[in-house]
Amino acid sequence: MNAEKDATLDEGGGVARLAGPLRLDSGARLDQVEIAYRTYGRLNADKSNAVLVCHALTGDQHVAGRHPVGGKPGWWTQVIGPGLPLDPQRHFIICSNVVGGCMGSTGPSSINPETGKPWGLSFPVITIPDMVRAQALLLDHLGVETLFAVVGGSMGGMQVLQWAADYPERLFSAVCIAATARHSAQNIAFHEVGRQAIMADPSWNSGDYASLGGRPEKGLAVARMAAHITYLSEAALQRKFGRELQRDGLSWGFDADFQVESYLRHQGATFVDRFDANSYLYITRAMDYFDLAASYDGVLAEAFRRARHVQFCVLSFTSDWLYPTPESRDIVRALNASGARASFVEIDSDKGHDAFLLDEPVMRSVLAGFLDAAGSARGLA
Amino acid sequence: MSPAEAARREDFRAILGLVKPGARVLDIGCGEGALLELLGHQKQVDGRGLEIQPANVALCLARGLAVVQGDADHDLDDFPTRAFDYAILSQTLQTVRQPRHVLSELLRVAERAIVSFPNFGHWRVRWSLMIRGRMPMTGALPQAWWETENIHLCTLRDFTQLCEALDLSIEACAALADGKPARAIDPMRAIENWRAEQALFLLSRKG
Repeated sequence: MNAEKDATLDEGGGVARLAGPLRLDSGARLDQVEIAYRTYGRLNADKSNAVLVCHALTGDQHVAGRHPVGGKPGWWTQVIGPGLPLDPQRHFIICSNVVGGCMGSTGPSSINPETGKPWGLSFPVITIPDMVRAQALLLDHLGVETLFAVVGGSMGGMQVLQWAADYPERLFSAVCIAATARHSAQNIAFHEVGRQAIMADPSWNSGDYASLGGRPEKGLAVARMAAHITYLSEAALQRKFGRELQRDGLSWGFDADFQVESYLRHQGATFVDRFDANSYLYITRAMDYFDLAASYDGVLAEAFRRARHVQFCVLSFTSDWLYPTPESRDIVRALNASGARASFVEIDSDKGHDAFLLDEPVMRSVLAGFLDAAGSARGLA
Repeated sequence: MSPAEAARREDFRAILGLVKPGARVLDIGCGEGALLELLGHQKQVDGRGLEIQPANVALCLARGLAVVQGDADHDLDDFPTRAFDYAILSQTLQTVRQPRHVLSELLRVAERAIVSFPNFGHWRVRWSLMIRGRMPMTGALPQAWWETENIHLCTLRDFTQLCEALDLSIEACAALADGKPARAIDPMRAIENWRAEQALFLLSRKG
């Protein structure tokens, strides 16, 4: 731990080596899997207060406190902390880097034990169910049998839904924010633009950039820039930047004249410092492959058939056009049809998909109300 | 509405009197969740809500209630058959697009339905139309015609006929007026169609 510790968060964590191999949906098997994770708070005596937080595409396990790289605050300090909906004084909060990620969990940049070299593109394709399977093994490793709640936004929300389908017996409640039960053609299309940008960068070297000692920074930055637009709304971009210029007057060239260009370039440039290009390929692929109903003859309600006892909270945002509200409504309809106890609200926000990561007071009060009520039902103080 | 205010509302008290403790209840058009909260506290029901206004749903969720944002016309269809003991439609029937469909859905998803609505046959309503030639504005119908959400108003007689058409049995009926305690009535009597300002029904399927 290089970062300063916040005593109120009661932080812990490390890298867990999973017991036994991880069997993947592709048919492949990973024999040695390491999962990097952080914890906040303490597991109570009857082990009833554990909460798993699932991160989004470019997120990581540093959900609260300070990030060891760069010292920035964790990605969900709006929700996790003393007096917040997820409180380390009441909950034992676990967040792990997904398998395939690049923040310490086994992924394409890890060393393949058979070759002694980074996996690169020889790393097997992973799926959302694979990520969830690895999380379940991590919980076994931590001695956590059941979760009071599994919580996540965006790709984290997909994992929440997969948890409800695959391990309902280990869940008491589930919170799925700004997510979808399957990737749409538009979602896949945007991801493909990002992947092509990476693969078009000569430094990518068919995934084997490690041997060249470089990284496809240009490609990854463009991928991030394109994706970042999908996380915002038109209104948010307009409000933040409009047509404001960087300097007085136009450059009559292709410098970043507009503030929005400069902002996107900055987003791309800072992203390449913290994210691995091959991980970006693998994780976007996992999201594209996600179609929860597909394993249930296309009937989403069947996915939740064993999760009737789980208390669900589904949230969407009015200006999210990446996973718009109808996607959440489909999830809620399926939950209602399966007989699960579901709550759902569309939160008014002009901040687009990223609203779930930002200061949204209504989201916070809704999460607090839902988790408090579920906590009472669970017998948590 | 504060919990104390909710506890004083006569229509809520009448509904509380009809619901058995520990029942599974779906409150359609649950607003800010005052009735659901009351039912939870006083009858320990397993309560769920359906509400159209997002701001109201957010308030319900912040209160710890299980509520889904949706509307009676479309979203009842998703619930499984007989998932609830009671479906409550309090002062909402007259605002839905398809009251007949909603009423039959209530008694598909629940064993019993509790339905309350303003009686358009009340003498004040008739008086307003007949003597003044104006759309009524009364205690039960406080808004002007151009601002009201009510699109399918009916009389007591209209409602009992719809129940007959849907083969529903009326287990109990009460009249409500001006914050007075509920008064059990026979909804088939013509005089009640004049006297009841609001009506509250407990319905079940026949047979």
